[in-house]
Amino acid sequence: MTLQRWGLRPKYRNLLLGLIFISPWLIGFIVFTIYPLISSLYYSLHRYDLLRPPVFLGLDNYITFFTDKSHTPVVVYNTLYYVVLSAPLGVVSAFLLAGLLNTQIKGRSVFRAIFFFPAIVPAIVTAQIWRFLLNVQYGAVNGALQGLGLSTIPFLSNPDLSKPSLILIHMWAQGNAMLIFLATLQDVPRSLYEAATVDGANGWHKFRYITIPMCSPVILFNLIMAFIGGFQNFTLPWLISGGTGGPNQSTEFYSIHLYRRAFQNLHMGYASAMAWILFVVIVAFTVILFRSSGRWVYYGGAAE
Amino acid sequence: MADRTQDTALYSSTQILRRTQRRHLTPAGLFGQVIKYVLLIVLAISFALPFYWMASSALKDDSQIYSVPPKWIPNPAHWNNFWDAWNVRNFSQFSINTIFQYAIPSTIGTVLSSAFIAYGFARIRWPGRDTLFFICIMTMMVPFQVLMVPLFIIFKELNWINSYRPLVVPAFLGSPFFIFMLRQFFMTIPQELSDAARIDGASEFGILFRVILPLSRPALTVVALFTFIGAWNDYLGPLIYINKMEMMPIALGVQELQRAVNETGTNPMVYPHLMAVSTIITVPIVIFFFLAQRTFIEGISLTGLKG
Repeated sequence: MTLQRWGLRPKYRNLLLGLIFISPWLIGFIVFTIYPLISSLYYSLHRYDLLRPPVFLGLDNYITFFTDKSHTPVVVYNTLYYVVLSAPLGVVSAFLLAGLLNTQIKGRSVFRAIFFFPAIVPAIVTAQIWRFLLNVQYGAVNGALQGLGLSTIPFLSNPDLSKPSLILIHMWAQGNAMLIFLATLQDVPRSLYEAATVDGANGWHKFRYITIPMCSPVILFNLIMAFIGGFQNFTLPWLISGGTGGPNQSTEFYSIHLYRRAFQNLHMGYASAMAWILFVVIVAFTVILFRSSGRWVYYGGAAE
Repeated sequence: MADRTQDTALYSSTQILRRTQRRHLTPAGLFGQVIKYVLLIVLAISFALPFYWMASSALKDDSQIYSVPPKWIPNPAHWNNFWDAWNVRNFSQFSINTIFQYAIPSTIGTVLSSAFIAYGFARIRWPGRDTLFFICIMTMMVPFQVLMVPLFIIFKELNWINSYRPLVVPAFLGSPFFIFMLRQFFMTIPQELSDAARIDGASEFGILFRVILPLSRPALTVVALFTFIGAWNDYLGPLIYINKMEMMPIALGVQELQRAVNETGTNPMVYPHLMAVSTIITVPIVIFFFLAQRTFIEGISLTGLKG
């Protein structure tokens, strides 16, 4: 209205209006994304401990990361171990739970609520529950095993079992992915299944040749989200290990080590270099997944 | 939309088909049904059992906590554990911090700004809009770890450490994820409504506040709910910016309590207190969830469908 009075042509009027409406994002984008991205790149080329001014190092931080023998190998191993197992297992468990909920059952909303709930509990609570539940001496799980005359399992105190235990907890908290799958499953046209029934297909055929292809775009979406989340996994292992990354460095994941370097050792430059390496790896992983998806993702009549 | 009648017709025919099938349930079919319910119940118990263990342990004393085999039903139940645990650390202060300094301001900020920004991306046509929107979506790909160090340095220069400003101020500049969600929602509102309001002399701001927002209540509820719970649950944000005890949110308060276990091994009543506090801070989530279950489920389903 007021802008019309200024005699602006509609095209420029709309440009101005559009920019006014998105201006909060534009400010946030420049101040809290673009500027930090650039300065992070700058810090990654410097030694910086917050106290003294940054000292230019060139690529030394990156070289140090790739040649370091005491932390890098174990941190990278832990992270890849976790990502490669937790992402597919989480997606599979979410998909199977959704599939089970999508059959004709009584009390579906109750089961759905129970399966979903772990996903919205604060991480600090999840950590407290599982630390206690899996405790080798006082935990309920080991208590039950002893009650059955079996030997106890040191889930969180044995370096070989700590990562599998974290993956198990991850699978328990897949409510978001499960709900997304459930909505997708409900959108698969019933006519497809009926046509298949007429053609004499059994349950497995329908699952393999209708359900999976129709859900494949969403499987890809959830898989990518799980990979990205897995690479950045911080809060739960940090809380469960009490900030130690233990036992014996077995849950010292990439993001935990990065945090430790930045905020405990004040190696801001080195942490920035680690962050950029992580960024590149995540982008590369996502691109590879997208590229490979042409072979198994079906973009037919499914929602875009 | 035209498919809907067809779908309904198909649906009812399937229903009839199913009903007739159920009447003649074969032994194999019955076996399948039994397996399915057994599986569902076993899964439901294993999903819910950790929460039962938390709540029941909150009522125990140390002799019950450390008993082998574990006691599943606390007897006697120590209800005063909740009150004691709440006051082992100053959890009243922590929860006031969480709600009034963090959750409420960031919810208000996110809802207002994201709706405002989404309107610019959804309901006004201007050159460069789609490019900027694409950039906005792409920023979600940037891992927080990359921004974490420079953001800390910025907020340190601003003297914002040990306050909630580093977490609340950016909320007033919109969150890409919710901008995206609201934009998708706004685009489904018929253009004719905006045109009619425009003819009646409404400005774009008037259209946003009088036409679009009242019609978008479900989507705005999703944004508010997710932001509030996000703040309530947040750990990493406060961990970076807050280290003064009197400023801490609940999540950091629980961690302080946990530290007592790590450092001294077996302080008296540590586990019952940890479980009691955990139970207390889970209760608001349970209440939110049951009050707004449909909003939750639709909101989350919505986020995935664009994949």
